[in-house]
Amino acid sequence: MQEDNYNVQIDDIFEGPMDLLVHLIKKHEVDIYDIPIALITKQYLEYIEWMKIMNIDIAGDFIVMASTLTKIKSRMLLPSHEEDEEDPRLELVKPIEEYLLMKSAAEKLAARSLLGEDTFVRNPRPENQLMDHEGEFIKVGLFELIDAFQKILENISPHERVDITADTISVRDKIVQIVEIFESLGSTTFNELFPKNAEQSEVIVTFLAILEMVRLSLVRIIQNTRTGIIRLFYL
Amino acid sequence: MEDIKNIIESLLLVTEEPLTIARIKSILIEPGRKELQNALTELAAEYEARKGGFFLREVAGGYQIRTRPEYREWIKRLIQPKPLRLSKPALETLAIIAYKQPIIRSDIEHIRGVNCGGILRMLLERKLIRILGRKEIPGRPIIYATTKQFLEIFDLKDLKDLPTPEEIATLGDGSLENME
Repeated sequence: MQEDNYNVQIDDIFEGPMDLLVHLIKKHEVDIYDIPIALITKQYLEYIEWMKIMNIDIAGDFIVMASTLTKIKSRMLLPSHEEDEEDPRLELVKPIEEYLLMKSAAEKLAARSLLGEDTFVRNPRPENQLMDHEGEFIKVGLFELIDAFQKILENISPHERVDITADTISVRDKIVQIVEIFESLGSTTFNELFPKNAEQSEVIVTFLAILEMVRLSLVRIIQNTRTGIIRLFYL
Repeated sequence: MEDIKNIIESLLLVTEEPLTIARIKSILIEPGRKELQNALTELAAEYEARKGGFFLREVAGGYQIRTRPEYREWIKRLIQPKPLRLSKPALETLAIIAYKQPIIRSDIEHIRGVNCGGILRMLLERKLIRILGRKEIPGRPIIYATTKQFLEIFDLKDLKDLPTPEEIATLGDGSLENME
């Protein structure tokens, strides 16, 4: 169960609260028109706790949904006075429907015969050659970032267990530091942000700061597919 | 003009972008649209009958000779193309823009429930979406729409060629039917 939570948490950070909600609905195989709101709210909040453990600020978008869920839950508990009073859950159903529809639309798009992937033309125009400059770059995903992070952690002497709450430097301060680096250099590699002799806690704060900066669209992270080097660009 | 079909075929071989009937008409001048349309249909049927390495696709309002998807692996050995590789959130954002355009950022974020700033910037950079203008409401938010490049890459004739919401709902994997 804990393991499951952990995976979902990583998966869904960048996909947002709607994904978490849909995940829970699917997991419990409930009808979206008859959502057991108490159960889903409880589980949702549990996931948020998990996310807080790892990434503090990233859960920001998720809090709004949590409050919506809690509000609906409390409205469900109130006795209904009017006969034709609307089911408070309707507030959720429409966005979920809409979101599921767009998710399927996205899957459908991806399943088409994509130019440059499944089908090719004789004279591809330069702009069809995506991301052609500076070697072959792809936008890096959270998994690649975590892999890179784990490598950095491996290089640090394995002493005491990390206590995230005992940070000597806050994520916010770290972001300021990183911005300063960007302002003088423009871009930097992922590894350069982690000094060789850094404390384990500082390494983690740096990683969280990078995640937060990605979330705030302050940086763009891309990975060279040949060298595997991850580079961060200040936007 | 006897060899109208051959002329069009030669144009199709050399063109860099999907060739519209209007463009062909501006080159051949004499034949009418109907005639050009018939020639293109015949060419497409010939390629279909031959079942060769390529076919004629109607994309982004024009016609383009493209290789058949069956041979993708061989082509990749020849040219090592840069894959499109859009993440799931990016694809979702693109789908929302494709279906709801013209759309402003806050409406996209309302559907996805998360900040889309970085994704929008990347989609703009890849010319899959474009800025249409600004909406005349407080804050004058930017209005987004998809590009011709989007139609070309996703093998779509035009925006009407996108599956309808009803088609998605009945056929899609994440459809409501599968939810129960």
